[in-house]
Amino acid sequence: MKLFRWLLLSVVLCSAAAWGVIETYEFSSPALEARYKALSQELRCPKCQNQNIADSNAPISRDLRAIVHEKLETGATDSEIIDFLVDRYGEFVRYRPGLDRNTLWLWSAPLILLLMAMTVVLLQIRRDRASAMSPVQEARAEALRQKFQDEGSQ
Amino acid sequence: MLLKRFLPLVAFAALVLLLVRGLALDPTALPSARVGQPLPEFDLQVLGGEYRRSASQWHGKPALLNVWATWCFSCRVEHPYLLDLAESGVTIYGLNYKDDPAKALTWLEELGNPYAETVVDIDGDFGFDLGVYGAPETYVIDAAGTVQYRHVGVVDERVWTEQLAPFFGGGP
Repeated sequence: MKLFRWLLLSVVLCSAAAWGVIETYEFSSPALEARYKALSQELRCPKCQNQNIADSNAPISRDLRAIVHEKLETGATDSEIIDFLVDRYGEFVRYRPGLDRNTLWLWSAPLILLLMAMTVVLLQIRRDRASAMSPVQEARAEALRQKFQDEGSQ
Repeated sequence: MLLKRFLPLVAFAALVLLLVRGLALDPTALPSARVGQPLPEFDLQVLGGEYRRSASQWHGKPALLNVWATWCFSCRVEHPYLLDLAESGVTIYGLNYKDDPAKALTWLEELGNPYAETVVDIDGDFGFDLGVYGAPETYVIDAAGTVQYRHVGVVDERVWTEQLAPFFGGGP
């Protein structure tokens, strides 16, 4: 009984991703269906903020899904479909925007942050090295320590 | 070492400036991908007429292209102002978007017709080519047939004066 409940719960939770979509499409091959799923996750609904067209039930998302389905069945490539939509709705519809003047900072930000972090770490290491004692200083310090210890024990 | 002490403050101030600027941005602003391009080709039935229209037949003078439908509540809100605009001499073309032509005709009979011409886009194909994602939307088309601007939402006096009128030389 307990097992059955867990099973039911996991089925309900796993199907959450499919709740947004109302209509279902027939595909001539599983490969097309997989590409449809990938594309509809990656394309952004122009009407709603921050929803992909797979999750959105706005009329425009329904239209875009229909177009993606139709284009896939007529043999268009993924990039052809994306370009077709970008022509009409702009880069906004892409959740993975292409590299252009506007998105240059976006794409280079991880690299810039990594370089900044590496610079900080390197500077820190160098500073630590510089403040470390030289062998001569080390020997002198050890001698002093020894001397105080000897004085203390007397 | 004074600089070093104030560095966190300077960095904080810069971050605040950046974020405050971000607050002032409108996240819903979505410039049309068609701005600067010719009006996409279409061949559509004219509402209430027995003839069809294509994009090139609307060239010659700057005009507004208003996307509307009877299912669109905000279209009813902006309708009186469109009538005023048409009255004052602005050419407004209508794009009846994904609508029932019979209902659209009744709407124009009841509320008045601000449109020089309305084309019927039942399937929303032309709307799709234009990049329409809802109604109402209003496009500015210049005399050469190039899309100059897109306003999403209701057109009222303020939108007209601040955003649309400049394309008509400040006034109709």
